Amino acid sequence: MRKLLWVLVLVGVVMLGTAAWAFDPIPAQELKIGFVYVGPVGDGGWSYAHDQGRQAIEKEFPGIKTMYAESVPEGSDSVRVMESFVRNGAKLIFATSFGYMDQVQEVAKKHPDVIFMHCSGYKMMDNAGDYFGRMYQARYLSGMVAGSMTKSNIIGFPAAHPIPEVIRMINAFTLGVRKMNPQAVVKVVWLYSWFDPAKEKEATKALIDAGADVIGMHADSGATAQAAEEAGVYVIGYNNDMSRFAPTKCLTSSVWDWNVIYKDIVQKVIDGTWKPENIWWGMKTGIVKLTPYSKDVQEEVKSQVAAEQEKIFNDQWDVFTGSIKDQSGKVVVPEGQRMSDKDLLSFSWFVEGVEGEIPKSN
Amino acid sequence: MGILIAIVAAAVRSGTPILFATLGEMIIEKSGVLNLGLEGIMLTGALSGFSISFLTGNPWLGIGVAFLVGMLMTLIHAFICITLKGNQVVTGLALTIFGTGASSLLGQGYIGTTIIGLTKIPIPGLSTIPMIGPIFFNHDPLVYVSYGLVIFLSWFFVSTRTGLNIRAVGDSPRAADAMGLNVTRIRYLSTLIGGGIVAMGGAYMSVAYTKMWTEGMTAGRGWIAVALVIFAIWNPVRAAFGAYLFGGVEAFQLRLQVAGTSIPTPLLLTLPYFLTIGVLVFISARKGKGILFGAPGALGQPYYREEGE
Repeated sequence: MRKLLWVLVLVGVVMLGTAAWAFDPIPAQELKIGFVYVGPVGDGGWSYAHDQGRQAIEKEFPGIKTMYAESVPEGSDSVRVMESFVRNGAKLIFATSFGYMDQVQEVAKKHPDVIFMHCSGYKMMDNAGDYFGRMYQARYLSGMVAGSMTKSNIIGFPAAHPIPEVIRMINAFTLGVRKMNPQAVVKVVWLYSWFDPAKEKEATKALIDAGADVIGMHADSGATAQAAEEAGVYVIGYNNDMSRFAPTKCLTSSVWDWNVIYKDIVQKVIDGTWKPENIWWGMKTGIVKLTPYSKDVQEEVKSQVAAEQEKIFNDQWDVFTGSIKDQSGKVVVPEGQRMSDKDLLSFSWFVEGVEGEIPKSN
Repeated sequence: MGILIAIVAAAVRSGTPILFATLGEMIIEKSGVLNLGLEGIMLTGALSGFSISFLTGNPWLGIGVAFLVGMLMTLIHAFICITLKGNQVVTGLALTIFGTGASSLLGQGYIGTTIIGLTKIPIPGLSTIPMIGPIFFNHDPLVYVSYGLVIFLSWFFVSTRTGLNIRAVGDSPRAADAMGLNVTRIRYLSTLIGGGIVAMGGAYMSVAYTKMWTEGMTAGRGWIAVALVIFAIWNPVRAAFGAYLFGGVEAFQLRLQVAGTSIPTPLLLTLPYFLTIGVLVFISARKGKGILFGAPGALGQPYYREEGE
C-alpha cells in the first residue's frame, strides 16, 4: 500500500513537471536531431522521401547534426532506437511511421526535455506532436487522371495494409476516378506488406489479368510501376516519381516533399516557439504534389484537374465533401458536409466504386 | 480455365527463387551441414547479380558472379562450421545478418536503376501444349535451369557414387570416414556449391523477376526455403512441388482478392507453415526412422575425427 502511494506521488510529480515544461530556444549548432525510418533509406519510396527531408535540413541549417536509423521495425524495437538517440544528445526526434505511435508516447514520457514528432499519428503530449500532409488531395487529382484514361473501366490498386491512412488514399483516389468516369471501379488487392517488390509485381499482374488498364498503387517499391510498364498499361505512381520505373506508362505520381514541413518544425525548435500540435498540411504548402504529366494525358483533363486543384487551394472545397456514398450505396456524408479530420484519420469504410474488402476485426 | 493457368504459371514464377534456395540448402544439408544463412546469401546473390548485369549488360555474367559470391559467402560458413567446428546455427544466423547488411551497404548506388535482365523465352513446340505449355514453358531461361536442376539432383542423390557419398557423410560421418571418404572435403564442396545455387535464387529475383535492386528484396524467402527443405523431406521433386505450392499460395491469394472472395487471406498465407509444422511432427513422431525419409542423420553436428583414440 505504501509503495503504491509512493508511485502515485511520483507520477503526480512527473506529470506536474511535464505540464510546466517550456522549451528554450536551441541554436542550430547545438541541435541534434534523430530520424527513425521504417524502411531502408534506399527503398526509393517512403523512407527515401523522408531522408531527402533530413538532408534538406542539414543544408538549410549549417552546423545542425542529424542521425538516422533505418529499417526499424514498428513496435517495441523502436523504443531502443529512440532511447539511443536521446543518449546521444538528440533534442528532437522524428518518428516517421504510424506504427511507432505508442512507443513515441512511452519514450516521450521518460524524456520530457526532448521534443518528439510523430508522422501520421494522432496522439499528443506536452513534448510530442504529430505531422503529416494531406496526400489524399493529390490522390484525388491523380485519380481524376486515371479515370480519364481507363477504357475497360477497371483500375487496379495494390495496397499495403488495411489501415485508415491507406483506406483514405484509396477512397480519395476513387472519388477522383468517379469524378471523371462514374462507371469505373477501383479494384483493391491487399499486399499485407509495405515493401515486397516481388509480391507487388505479382499483385499488379493479377489485376492486369483481371482487366485493369490503369494501375494505382500504395506500397513502397517501384515494382508495381515496372510491372505496368512491362504489360503496357498505364500507372499512377506514389511516394516518388515512378516514371523512372515506367518511363512511357507513368501518367503522373502523387509525391511527398517533406523538406518544407521539416524546415518549419526545426525552425520552430530553434526559435523556441515549438508547441505540441497536430500539423496536417494541405497540398497548397507543397508538402504533396503531382509530378509532371506524361504526354498521353489530354489537355482537357489537365485543365479539369487544375480547376479542382484551385478549389482545394482556395479551401472552398475538400475531397471528402458530401455527398459521399459507401460501397452499399448508402449516403454516409450528406450533401455539402465535410468529413472532420478525426473521421478522416480513422477511416474504416470504402466509398462507392471501390471493389475490395476491408478485413474485419482489426 | 484461363485464370487457373494464370495462377499456376504465377506459382511457378514466384516459386522459382524459393526453389533455387531450397535445392541449394538441400545439397548443403545432405552433407550434414545446417545453413541458416540463406536470406543473407540470397540478398548478396541478388545484389551481385543485379550489379554485374547493370555494369556489363550481360545477365548471365551477373548470375555467374552471383553463384561465385554465394560460394564465397558459404566459404565463411564452411570454414567456421567444418574446420573450426563452430555452432552451425549461430554461424548461419550471423551470415544472414552479414549478408543483409553488406548488400544494403554496397547496393546504395543501384537503387532506382533497372536492367533489361532475362526475358521470357517460350520453348518452341512445348509452349504450345495446352495447359502445360503456358504453365511451365513460357518463362525466362532460369526457370528452365531450375527444372533441369530438380531432375539432375533427383538422379544425382540416388544413382551416382558422388551423390551417395554426400548422403553417407550427412548420415553418418564416422562410417563414411571409415569407408575412406574425406568428410571435410565432401562437406566443403557440398556447402560451397549449395551456397552458389542459393545465391542464384536471389539473383533470379533481381535479374529475371523484378529487374531491380532494393534493399531486403528477398523479404523472408530465404526462411521459407529453410522450412521448405524440411517440408520436402530432403527430396528435390517434393521441393519443387513445395516451392510452387508456397509461391502458389501467394499468387492464389492475390487473385482470390481480385476475384472478390472473402476467404481471409492472412489465414491462407499461414497455410504453408502449418504444413511444415505438420511434416516436422510427422518426422519427429517416427524418430530414428528419419533416415528412411531422407533426413540426414548427422544434420547440424560437427564431425570430430578423434584421432587420439
